[in-house]
Amino acid sequence: MARYIVRRVLNYVVLLFIACSFAYLLAASFLNPYSVYFGRQPPVDPAVIENVMRECNLSAEVSVWNRYLTWLTNIFTHWDWGCSPLRVSVNSDIGIRMWVSLRLVLIGTLGGIVVGVLVGAWTATRQYRIPDRVYTLLSLLVICTPSFVLGIVLQILATKVNDALGTRIFEFVGEKGTVGDYPFAELVDRMQHLLLPTLVLILLTSASLSRIQRNLMLDSLGADYVRTARAKGLPKSKAVMKHALRTALIPTGTYVAFTVATMFVGAIYTERVFSFPGMGQYSVDAILAMNVNGIAATTAFAGVCVVCGAILSDIVVAILDPRVRLGR
Amino acid sequence: MSEDLSHPLDASDELSADASDDFAVVTRIGHGRLTLRRFFRNKLAVFGLCGLALLILLAIFGPMLTGWDYLEIDKRAFLKAPSSSHWLGTTRTGRDVLALTLHGMSRSLIIGFVAATLSTLLSSTVGTTSAYFGGWVERVLLWVTDLMLIVPSLLIIGVTMRGGLSGNMAWVALAFMLGLFGWMTTGRVVRSLTLSLKNREYVLAAKYMGLPAWRIIIRHILPNISSLMIVDLTLGVGYAVLGETGLSFLGLGVQAPDTSLGTLIGEGAQMAVTYSWIFLSPAAVLVFLVFCINAIGDGIRDALDPSSQSGGAVGRKLRKGKGSAEKQRADAAGVSAGLPGGTGEAGGIVIMEDSATQGGGSQ
Repeated sequence: MARYIVRRVLNYVVLLFIACSFAYLLAASFLNPYSVYFGRQPPVDPAVIENVMRECNLSAEVSVWNRYLTWLTNIFTHWDWGCSPLRVSVNSDIGIRMWVSLRLVLIGTLGGIVVGVLVGAWTATRQYRIPDRVYTLLSLLVICTPSFVLGIVLQILATKVNDALGTRIFEFVGEKGTVGDYPFAELVDRMQHLLLPTLVLILLTSASLSRIQRNLMLDSLGADYVRTARAKGLPKSKAVMKHALRTALIPTGTYVAFTVATMFVGAIYTERVFSFPGMGQYSVDAILAMNVNGIAATTAFAGVCVVCGAILSDIVVAILDPRVRLGR
Repeated sequence: MSEDLSHPLDASDELSADASDDFAVVTRIGHGRLTLRRFFRNKLAVFGLCGLALLILLAIFGPMLTGWDYLEIDKRAFLKAPSSSHWLGTTRTGRDVLALTLHGMSRSLIIGFVAATLSTLLSSTVGTTSAYFGGWVERVLLWVTDLMLIVPSLLIIGVTMRGGLSGNMAWVALAFMLGLFGWMTTGRVVRSLTLSLKNREYVLAAKYMGLPAWRIIIRHILPNISSLMIVDLTLGVGYAVLGETGLSFLGLGVQAPDTSLGTLIGEGAQMAVTYSWIFLSPAAVLVFLVFCINAIGDGIRDALDPSSQSGGAVGRKLRKGKGSAEKQRADAAGVSAGLPGGTGEAGGIVIMEDSATQGGGSQ
């Protein structure tokens, strides 16, 4: 298994290198970082702009290929991923934002997984009865709702509730706001800001996961070994929990493993709607602000997370499922 | 195809109805008719079909009914709530929300159809050729697939749209980009299906008769995976619409003065709490549109799938698990995306729409 993993990691390293180079070259040749300084009052001296661009390795007077080589050298020699056209270091930006993303996504994803698994497994045991039909319809509806629509709808509702109660129970701008003067005020404030985005993430994750879990559970409920267990006289609840659910949880396990690694990447739309300065927001801002180095670094970061998730989930499935043999 | 053999109950149901009239005449139903019947038995799918037809009609004929052009600016009505002259209100610049929504819907729909068609074409081509030829062709194609799965498509499409492409035809580029980045998962599924088909007797017979490879693929392999491709195409429209609206919402897709549902939602989002009508109508249309498309896709899949019982009430008690068919739905539904790399089946892993930068689709 170790050899197999090493081989895959090597393959991924090559893929990642090409993906990042591609992203860098594309961004460097398509985007115009100079435009960040256009239309400023008072106007910035072109010579000053050029100096900044040279310093940040963004100058249009240097060929794309040379900029690419400088970019690579900086990364491999100093682990320096460059800076934005406004001279903010990409390293420090990502270093801060990945934790913001994690704080946002952690509860939402884990909660969504738990809810999704429970709802999926439960509706499977009630196939085609009313609760199953209701949950199926609801989850289909949520799956068809993009996260930004869901987020804004929740914001509108929350404002209505806030207005009706006359206090601000729901907060939906940023990670934290004005902190009151009582014990644990900061924690309460953070929780208030987390409430709505977490709800969005739980709804989205659980909706799609519950569909998958329901189908997995239906498969394993119809399996021979569950029937055998029942025929031997095992109570239904035990057969369902110990024989059906446990097998049906294997693919979910791989999903969890994958998610743990990709949590740092954040949630683009949820962060955008709720103004969380996380990685998802950063990647969009990087494109809007012509931040070539930021785009390349985000690609690399997301790529590493996805690859780690993929490898992690392969290992998890090999541990959980004795039928899977790695390294064939 | 021996379709009625795999549907003993369905078929005998139809047969007995005819048989009671005249024992000598036995009407056989073809595969197409049977599929149609099963599709129309599915209430949700029929609802989706009607809804989509309604939306398409609205997109074509609606602009004639509103009295306002989507580009037209009413200087007497900025940010006005719905009224008799503007049924769904106006935006900050005094444009009619109803006209904008209708135009945006047709824009999103066209982008969705173009992107889905392209990605289905790509996935079937790459999937079948890589599996049929094997060897280095397969290696190269698989490697490209893995690479495309690792590249965060949203970033790449965003950079391209932000960098050079703007103006009124930008949506064409957006549609092509979405199609270009949407085929990988299905391509892997097609490949594994083709692998199991390519050693069948009829494929080998055609091969030894000297048919060229492309003919074998088109005549003997593609028809056998056509049901997957049809489902993929339908559901793909939904994912492309979601991908397009997402990018446009972020300001990286369709740009003003042109509009799409995503652009409109993005515009309304900034003031959704105070001037909610700008946001609510395009959002409602978007959710309804995607719901209809998904309902149709699910319906087609169930109708084509011999082991599914959701199309017909006969024989429901016989099988409990729905098995592989529904798992394929999960795959096709894009909630799961095959992982880049090795194990294929074992590595099939779900990537949620929102949690990763992957997937201009939905994510």
